[in-house]
Amino acid sequence: MNFLNTISIGFKEIWANKFRSMLTMLGIILGVGSLVAQSALVKGLENGMKEALVAVGGLEKVYITAQAIPAWQRHRAEQAVGNTMRDIRALQQSAPLVHLVVPEMRLPEAVVTSGSKAITPWHFVGTWPGSLDLNQHVVEYGRIFNDVDEEMARNVCVIGTDIRDALFGDPDEIGREVNPVGEFININNQRFRIIGMFRHYESELDRKTREQAASRGPAPETGGPSRRGVAGGAKRSRSGSGGGMGLAFEWKNKTIYIPLNTMWLRFRAGASTNNEPDPHLTAIYFKVNDLEHMNDALQQVKNVMSQTHNGIEDFAFNTQENYSESINTAVRNARLSGTIIAAISLLVGGVGIMNIMLASITERVREIGVRKAVGATFWDVFIQILVESVVIAVIGGLAGLLASKGLVNLLSILSPAGNSPVITWEAMIVAFGFSVAVGVLAGIFPGLKAARLHPIQALRYE
Amino acid sequence: MPLVSLRNVSKIYRLGGEDIRALDDVTLDIDPGEFISIIGPSGSGKSTLMHILGCLDTPTLGTMTLDGTMVQNATERELAHIRNQKIGFVFQSFNLLPKLNVLQNVELPMNYSGVSNRERRDRAMDALRLVDMDNRAKHRPMQLSGGQQQRTAIARALVNRPKIVFADEPTGNLDTHTGEAILQLFYRLSQEGRTIALVTHDPEIAAFTPRRIEIRDGKIAIKVDERLAGTGAHSRFSLTRSDAEGTRETQ
Repeated sequence: MNFLNTISIGFKEIWANKFRSMLTMLGIILGVGSLVAQSALVKGLENGMKEALVAVGGLEKVYITAQAIPAWQRHRAEQAVGNTMRDIRALQQSAPLVHLVVPEMRLPEAVVTSGSKAITPWHFVGTWPGSLDLNQHVVEYGRIFNDVDEEMARNVCVIGTDIRDALFGDPDEIGREVNPVGEFININNQRFRIIGMFRHYESELDRKTREQAASRGPAPETGGPSRRGVAGGAKRSRSGSGGGMGLAFEWKNKTIYIPLNTMWLRFRAGASTNNEPDPHLTAIYFKVNDLEHMNDALQQVKNVMSQTHNGIEDFAFNTQENYSESINTAVRNARLSGTIIAAISLLVGGVGIMNIMLASITERVREIGVRKAVGATFWDVFIQILVESVVIAVIGGLAGLLASKGLVNLLSILSPAGNSPVITWEAMIVAFGFSVAVGVLAGIFPGLKAARLHPIQALRYE
Repeated sequence: MPLVSLRNVSKIYRLGGEDIRALDDVTLDIDPGEFISIIGPSGSGKSTLMHILGCLDTPTLGTMTLDGTMVQNATERELAHIRNQKIGFVFQSFNLLPKLNVLQNVELPMNYSGVSNRERRDRAMDALRLVDMDNRAKHRPMQLSGGQQQRTAIARALVNRPKIVFADEPTGNLDTHTGEAILQLFYRLSQEGRTIALVTHDPEIAAFTPRRIEIRDGKIAIKVDERLAGTGAHSRFSLTRSDAEGTRETQ
């Protein structure tokens, strides 16, 4: 029997029972729709997390910190030199697998004041301008310090927006953007000039929330306090939501960068012995040239560092791999649970098809008898029922893909508190493939049942 | 050479551990071009006989050939092919598919025999013309009278040019007048050389055919062959069962 003809018979049969077929398809439509929509949501979540990962410097960023000397080397503790500028120079010269080697000195618990206002920055760092590249910083106002600032150990700093907000006023609250470049602040009672300010960093999600709060517009004319309330709400969500991933952005905004030499001379002098500033670096940052060869690069760095550290392992590598691993785990879990639920709903849709096909063949026993009497074989009948089932699933699947688009739009309107869902081709193809498979599976049993009918009994059926 | 020949055919059903012989040792030949009726009360086994003759069922014992092919051991697929190519069925309740129109109903057997779309349409229209239904081709079965439906069913039975047409109580659901028209149609088709077998419980209808086979309790009870008896009249009142006693045969 001609295959196209079989398909056209399938379509006719579905068209003849429009309402019933549509209800049956609804199961598949919802199944496919939710499968695609959930995958789009997870994709959005993943994008948000990856965004945060990039914001903290990406996977290529590695830093070296001090580590307690291992037990078997403890007897050589006197020869341990710690992480110093010697390492920086050695790495720059002898480790071609990495680039952007940047030293950092940090001062924890620094207090920054301006007039009566004070804040403790999250990162108070003395470093080189290369750190900007490394940590994905962008200077919005002013400039980053240059070689002269570094050489002369000038008291200049570049600050993050949260520092500005705390000391000079939050644009959300005072209603205008303050450019702090040229202002002076005190850091642990040392006078510093602000020469630059970083961009405001935020996740996609926070940006959307803030824009929504802004587009809600000036509150009705009920006076000042309520306006403040709206703005305050926006600010809270800006720093609070997004869970652990949002923190990455908050930390970044609470940063003060000063030249490395300034940090060394102004703040480390007090911690010195023999009137020499403490030469130890808090961390050595670098970027791996090629993620594929991460391990080779780390080994190379380790070799160089062994040389400068007299073979003592008083340093440790810190990579973002754990972070990346936790992102992957979270995404995998979200995807798995979502897929299971969506797959179940698709399966329920398939059971719906099977149910309706069984009802349909019971209704059409005589028809099957007639078809067999005029020469339809087992396979002719089987294929006919199977095709009907698959046609329902295919139409349902296609409609489901359309529905998923609407569903995703609806979801992003209803709940902006998720990173914008992204519909992927893979998800659409997989969901559609599943719906076809469900159609085939759902058609097999009714098809066999119909094809096995004996023509005489089928013709006698009332 | 006979078109259909049954040799010692029995059909045995097992029902509750008991053998029921629906057909018991039947031997029968049908020649090409014959117009016969199979008659018997309900439960006599005439339907079983028709099912076996029509390749809807296979005999338990005995052999059957149709158009030179042995049928009793055929697989279901082969039986379907034989039904499609060599046999036409007309049923008491017409059995047209309500969702298809008249033309599509007539085209139905050709769906299973690989006839091209164009030829399908032409042959279906030819068959409809033969039964004078070509002006109703686009109607649905529900829009037709009983007689029109049965003529459509006859067109469907003829469309694959079968060797033999079986009609199971073709007038059973029709009023006397319409039924007679259908019988006249069968008569005309038989005159044109087709082999037709009517199955009926009604002796008056059976009297319409030159040859009659009466079934009782699964056995052939009476065979009447007017051609052998030398009478040529086919009026339904021209011949009654009592006239045929002289040609009783024993098995």
